[in-house]
Amino acid sequence: MIIVSNVHKSFGPKKVLKGVNLKIYDGESLVILGPSGCGKSVLLKNIIGLMKPDSGQVIIDGEDITRFDQKRLDALRMRMGMLFQSAALFDSLNVEENIAFGLRRHTKLSNRAIHHLVSEKLELVGLPGTNYLMPSELSGGMRKRVGLARAIAMEPEIILYDEPTTGLDPIMTSAIDELHLSLKERLGVTSIVVTHDLKSAYRVCDRIALHYGGQIVEIGTREEIINSPNPVVQQFIRGEAQGPMTLL
Amino acid sequence: MISYLEKMVKDTLDAVGNVSILFLQTIYWTFHNLRTGRFAFGNLIEQMSRIGVDSLLMVAITGVSTGAVLVVQIGYQFAQMGAQSYVGGVVALSMARELAPILTSIVVAGRVGSAIAAELGTMKITEQIDALETMATNPVEYLVVPRFWGCTIMLFMLTIFTNVVGMIGGSIVAVNQIGLTLISFKDSILHMLQIQDLMGGLIKATVFGSIIGVIGCYKGFTTEGGAEGVGQSTTSAVVVSIMLILAVNYFLTVGINNFCVAYLQ
Repeated sequence: MIIVSNVHKSFGPKKVLKGVNLKIYDGESLVILGPSGCGKSVLLKNIIGLMKPDSGQVIIDGEDITRFDQKRLDALRMRMGMLFQSAALFDSLNVEENIAFGLRRHTKLSNRAIHHLVSEKLELVGLPGTNYLMPSELSGGMRKRVGLARAIAMEPEIILYDEPTTGLDPIMTSAIDELHLSLKERLGVTSIVVTHDLKSAYRVCDRIALHYGGQIVEIGTREEIINSPNPVVQQFIRGEAQGPMTLL
Repeated sequence: MISYLEKMVKDTLDAVGNVSILFLQTIYWTFHNLRTGRFAFGNLIEQMSRIGVDSLLMVAITGVSTGAVLVVQIGYQFAQMGAQSYVGGVVALSMARELAPILTSIVVAGRVGSAIAAELGTMKITEQIDALETMATNPVEYLVVPRFWGCTIMLFMLTIFTNVVGMIGGSIVAVNQIGLTLISFKDSILHMLQIQDLMGGLIKATVFGSIIGVIGCYKGFTTEGGAEGVGQSTTSAVVVSIMLILAVNYFLTVGINNFCVAYLQ
């Protein structure tokens, strides 16, 4: 279980996280919704230890990772995978080298075994035979799928998705969502998805949390969120410009 | 005005501290990986090729033209004074002690320092450095160590190359324009140039290479914003590297000269 407890994070005078509290259960798919620029990605980066909160705790399996040294943090990251908003593929490496990056650095698998595993992951994300393409030769959707293949290469227990469908067409969005669901079903992973794409959120979520003003203002199942009396939630899911939620 | 100065001093001290930390981390990861057998020699050789081999043409042009111009500048005056037998030696000394390390470093700072800052800056703003960390890989270990040593080792090698091509350029002009013989030019070099002159220049080149490597990586890692940020980092990497090289050169020159006077003469 992941517990985010009273996490605060500021950049200079700008307070981005103002006491975020969140619980994510094992095997659950939690979607964090919120308007652009509200600090969803910052929250995700605090959960994987890329950023350290100014105060508060991020507890994973009973241990506060904000107190971890680099060695323990690295050991934890071997159990986690992250799909970045821009896919963040390494430009100088081809698809296979990107996906195999963690395997080559942290396992003693043979080249043949690594090639086999990479091909298997590419098959899983629907991109068989693209092993030797360079990232510059891939479309946006393909890059996201290769990014996902890289995130699951080490068979992580927790996958973090940062805006997995932003900038994709509706068909590719649907393909990524289905991939997410099939990964959850096949590998039983815990997922945290940060997005502002409502349709996608409804498809993949077990629960939804709405992040606004540096805090989680509502959390619940899809139905609970849709029927929430909270005017901020209603404004967001209806996509209205007028209301208590101000544009950033 | 005072608050602006205060901020500038604070920012400069911050940067000096952070560059020092990056340098120490680079040294730590180098020895750590050598000790544990995880040093990525493949990455180092790739960087040495990109930094050194790809700079050869520019360095060759710089060396040949510098050697040639030096002979033109001093050759006629020395000939008028009947001191033409010193031309080769003076050119060799100037090249070995100062011109080869400084000019090679400036060429490499412009070509390689900027490329390193642009590459790492782009990686930073496209979250590739974050991606490395999420895959339990230290960016200093993976990105900085091979670039730092690539710059340091290749600047040493390139400076030797600049010395050689500088002598060749100088000798061509000396023979064809000043009317010296190749043998007298060579004898002059062998008579006046001592091993400590060459070594002093190479020590400087090694230090300058490490400056280019660490500043390029630091500017890349601290890139913010989009394409504009990458552009600023690239420019800044070149300017800061060259300024530091010129400043450090003075202290190295004084230090090396004092050492030579105290122990080698």
